[in-house]
Amino acid sequence: MQPSLNPARSANNGDPWPVRWGLTLAAIAVLTVLVIVPVVNVFYQAFGRGAAVYWHNLFGDANTRHAVLLTLIVAPSAVLANLVFGVACAWAIARFRFPGRAVLLTLIDLPFSVSPVVAGLMFVLLFGLQGYFGPWLRDHGLKIIFATPGLILTTAFVTLPFVVRELIPVMEAVGPEEDLAAISLGANGWQMFWRVTWPNIRWGVWYGAILCNARAMGEFGAVYVVSGHIAGRTDTMPLRVEKLFQEYNTPGSFAVASVLTFLALATLALKTWLERRERQEIAEALTYPNTRGEE
Amino acid sequence: MSITVKNISKRFGSFTALSHVSLDVRSGGLLALLGPSGSGKTTLLRIIAGLETADDGVILYEDEEVTHRSARERNVGFVFQHYALFRHMNVFENVAFALRVRGWKQGQVRERVGELLRLVRLEGYEKRRPSQLSGGQRQRVALARALAAQPRVLLLDEPFGALDAKVRQELRKWLRLLHREIHCTTVLVTHDQEEAFEVADRVVVMNHGRIEQVGSPRDVFEQPATAFVRDFVGHVNVFEGRVHSAVG
Repeated sequence: MQPSLNPARSANNGDPWPVRWGLTLAAIAVLTVLVIVPVVNVFYQAFGRGAAVYWHNLFGDANTRHAVLLTLIVAPSAVLANLVFGVACAWAIARFRFPGRAVLLTLIDLPFSVSPVVAGLMFVLLFGLQGYFGPWLRDHGLKIIFATPGLILTTAFVTLPFVVRELIPVMEAVGPEEDLAAISLGANGWQMFWRVTWPNIRWGVWYGAILCNARAMGEFGAVYVVSGHIAGRTDTMPLRVEKLFQEYNTPGSFAVASVLTFLALATLALKTWLERRERQEIAEALTYPNTRGEE
Repeated sequence: MSITVKNISKRFGSFTALSHVSLDVRSGGLLALLGPSGSGKTTLLRIIAGLETADDGVILYEDEEVTHRSARERNVGFVFQHYALFRHMNVFENVAFALRVRGWKQGQVRERVGELLRLVRLEGYEKRRPSQLSGGQRQRVALARALAAQPRVLLLDEPFGALDAKVRQELRKWLRLLHREIHCTTVLVTHDQEEAFEVADRVVVMNHGRIEQVGSPRDVFEQPATAFVRDFVGHVNVFEGRVHSAVG
């Protein structure tokens, strides 16, 4: 027998129907319980008392408005920081062999393995009033912990691996030859990067940035520790959801949660669109009308 | 323009790629660096181009020391083994790249690129992407791109390595003609002795990071300087005999 390379084929003539249907139903059941019902419920709870109440819950409350605004400041700032760091770091790791490269690779993954609460605590112990830099910062009138810079800092830390991890395989697949060719043709560093490197890696960069942004908007644990929970000042959307919930304002809590969920769904849509665009671009490059014969 | 290589050494970790290599390439010449893989020929070519830095030694272009100059300042044309065409640019933009980064005006760029595409016989292919070209066509685009900014030296790294035998044969002939036409000092790296002998006017045989022999193709072929050269150049039958007794 030849091994079949087509998974659909092997599924069709392989297992008996009870196994096939059983597994399919089990998968659907898990998906329904874990994903579909909760997501639908968020919107159901939020809109349960009508659109007017929903609108009032979201924009009638100054603290909630501020939370939405703050998240829209913190998340993009963290993404921007990670974009710059991510591209530079992926470049160094994919293009060069240097002492400490393996250590750097491991360090990049650290934010994924450290609990977000611990991450937040680390920054409090560094920049908080009792921390190493606390007194100096206070003397110079700078506030990091219990303020927006602390939120950006911790969010950037927690989401640090996304862009780098996404980019390293892309850069390794592209290879250094085109960059070298650009240099040999007289390009300087910036010309090489923007004209040659960037077009080859941009899809990977956007992809990493989107994942990074999704995680940044939803970050709770690390931000919880450094924010100090000051309503109208340092509450981001996830923190606001929790606070409203604790105050027995379930519709308000779900209204904010629905915005977060909507942003997550929008992220998914954007990611799918990006993947399709990338595939389209490759297909277009390959199917240019071949009017002249090969030599 | 002549190139002088003086006492160049290069190590990668514990591996010695080049050890005390010295070489002269005369102006307008076409020189082949011939040797097995790992003999250091590509490293030497990259050091001449400024894409790699030597640990020790000096590179001169004419009388001007360029050892510490960047590839940009040296103004070389380099053709990579696998072409390294910019995959997201069409043929026109690939060829125009060296002109664009030098800030040429659109009209001049159009004129020069047209001229080059005529030279490599690829008029009408401007809008194609590299992925839509055959190996031989990609090779010619790479050559046109390298020649665009009128480089002082043309450096070719295994330029025909990835092509099939028939195309390779044609391109070799064509490269000879092209060289006669543009008269640019050219260094070519190859592991194929036939290619070196057919295209170049001088051949340098390398092994283990050292030069074994320098000479005209005829010299190297007819009077191999070392056992390695004799063996590598090939097509030689070695008869060994011993005289047991002589009569008379």
